Amino acid sequence: MTVKDATVRAPGRPVLGRFPLPARVVGWTLVAGLGLLYVLPFVLQLVTGFKTDPDAAAHPLSPVPVTPTTAAYQRLFGLSRAADGVPFLHWLGNSAFVAVVVTAGRVLFDSMAGYALARLRFPGRSLLFGFVLGVMAVPGVALLIPKFLVLNTFGLFDTYTGMILPLMVDAAGVFIMKQFFESVPREVEEAARVDGAGVFRVFWSVVLPMARPALITLTILSFQGSWNEFTHFLVATQSSQYETLTTGLARFVSGGLGSGTQYPLKLAAALLSTVPVAVLFFCFQRYFVQGANAGAVKE
Amino acid sequence: MPRTARRGEGAWGWLFVSPMVLVLGLFLVLPILMALWVSLLHWDGQSNPFSSRAHFVGLDNYRSLLTEDGLDRTLFATSLRNNAYYVLLTVPLQTLLALVLALVVNQRMLRGRSALRTAFFFPSVTSSIAVSTVFLFLFQGSGAVNTLLAWAGVKGPNWYADPRGVLSLLLGALGLVDPDHPVGVLANHSILGLSWYQWLSGPSVAMCTIILLSVWTTSGTFMLIFLAALQDIPRELEESAAIEGAGRFQMLRYVTLPALRPVLFLVLTLGLISTWQVFDQVYVMSRGAPGNTTLTPAYLSYSSAFGDSDFGQGAAIAFVLLALILGLTALQRLALRERTPRTRRNR
Repeated sequence: MTVKDATVRAPGRPVLGRFPLPARVVGWTLVAGLGLLYVLPFVLQLVTGFKTDPDAAAHPLSPVPVTPTTAAYQRLFGLSRAADGVPFLHWLGNSAFVAVVVTAGRVLFDSMAGYALARLRFPGRSLLFGFVLGVMAVPGVALLIPKFLVLNTFGLFDTYTGMILPLMVDAAGVFIMKQFFESVPREVEEAARVDGAGVFRVFWSVVLPMARPALITLTILSFQGSWNEFTHFLVATQSSQYETLTTGLARFVSGGLGSGTQYPLKLAAALLSTVPVAVLFFCFQRYFVQGANAGAVKE
Repeated sequence: MPRTARRGEGAWGWLFVSPMVLVLGLFLVLPILMALWVSLLHWDGQSNPFSSRAHFVGLDNYRSLLTEDGLDRTLFATSLRNNAYYVLLTVPLQTLLALVLALVVNQRMLRGRSALRTAFFFPSVTSSIAVSTVFLFLFQGSGAVNTLLAWAGVKGPNWYADPRGVLSLLLGALGLVDPDHPVGVLANHSILGLSWYQWLSGPSVAMCTIILLSVWTTSGTFMLIFLAALQDIPRELEESAAIEGAGRFQMLRYVTLPALRPVLFLVLTLGLISTWQVFDQVYVMSRGAPGNTTLTPAYLSYSSAFGDSDFGQGAAIAFVLLALILGLTALQRLALRERTPRTRRNR
């Protein structure tokens, strides 16, 4: 049974009737194949993490490990042969630290700036908004060397400050918050002002609590963005002490061409590094969806 | 409401935006200005580039990229060629796939469509480094993809070691050209230091894996944009078309696709802008190898600066790339402004 009962007269009922049976079977097979195409790489990744190196090399497509082993995970968590080039827990710590600080900063500063651009009257406001729109058009990869230059000049190269500070505000987040605050009715704020609340108090105690959906979206997008950030950390740091899951994994994987394949280890590390964002995604999918569409209407 | 109640609002406004102005100013505007200066220098990353001892070379870095015959220009032209093929294949493929996925997920009578939507979208939210690692595993010489191909009786290539152009392979297989001995016209003429033959041979086999990866990861995001637009199509429009006796194909051709046109344009231009920035995948999967056929301007800029310590050259490449992308963005915004405003954009 692949198709719902067509006689149900629900508002979601399609305009056209159902496909004829053979078309439905073919269509469903194609769709299932398409779905498999998107899921299979992750399944193979999961399974391969529990294989031995020779097994992974000999049976890359087999869904069952010949001799299941947790060796890769034991190495990642430092339970065996620790510190042999894959300080996974250290990467994890750096990623978590940076992502949490950046997310907190973005949520606060993006919503402050978004509120000011949406509501407060001050000289240069529209010019500043034009600046934000302009900044959103600047492609990140063109900034690799420029960012290195400025961090190097300020003595922030290879420091946590250099990793975190430049990410603390993002123009897209400011834009999302501005759009949101513009959709909030002014009356609530005005009432609070009449009661004598100052600008900051209105923002902090009246406006921000109303902005919860937008703040959740912003929190999730900021966390995802900073957790997955790669290029900025690549040019902001040099020592292994500052490696995150992205830079550490990237150097390990792309440098490992000559030193054996170690795919179970690499895939297990990649899998673990996606877990936090995956958990967020499965719990808060609709906020990710909003984020994707917010990116689409930014012009 | 009297405006006088808003004393000091100007000062508060600037206070509220000051973190944004500081961060974006110090780490976005200032770096661009500094890099613009460095792109006019010969600088190896060691001394202070802003002292009077800096070695100023004017537009030499740009000249060696665009006009002077030499290795720099050949590499840059190669990276442009590779990225152009990447764009040419990735943008249409990901747009088409995203449209198909959106049409599938929008089928109201399809069971499990929200699970499918999740599956299609998931690769988009994961880290580019992690999924590149997975693809590196899938496309190894004796990897999962080649095992699958072997079942179908095809001997898969050694993906990451194969610098041959797909187009020349294809035409060679058809017997139209001989890849080892290109025709005189193609071999003897060149643009930017690359022969016509090199320009026309197509993306390398290795580049194709990066294209597949990008199509796979980005199609989910664009699917959501199409899906939102599909759900915006007024139901009355579809119903009246159905009453008029429109079949499925006619419905798609005369109702759905025209309604999607503005979004289609948006997805195409967003794709065009983002595909010129491909970097992470190249870094993890190939680092420009084999035979420089996966080298892209973004990666070349990085490797000239951090690999070869030629920061002036790297910055110059970054600026040419920046100009290219900003040009595309300007075109997109111009075209979108000329269209009728999208009234239903805030749902």
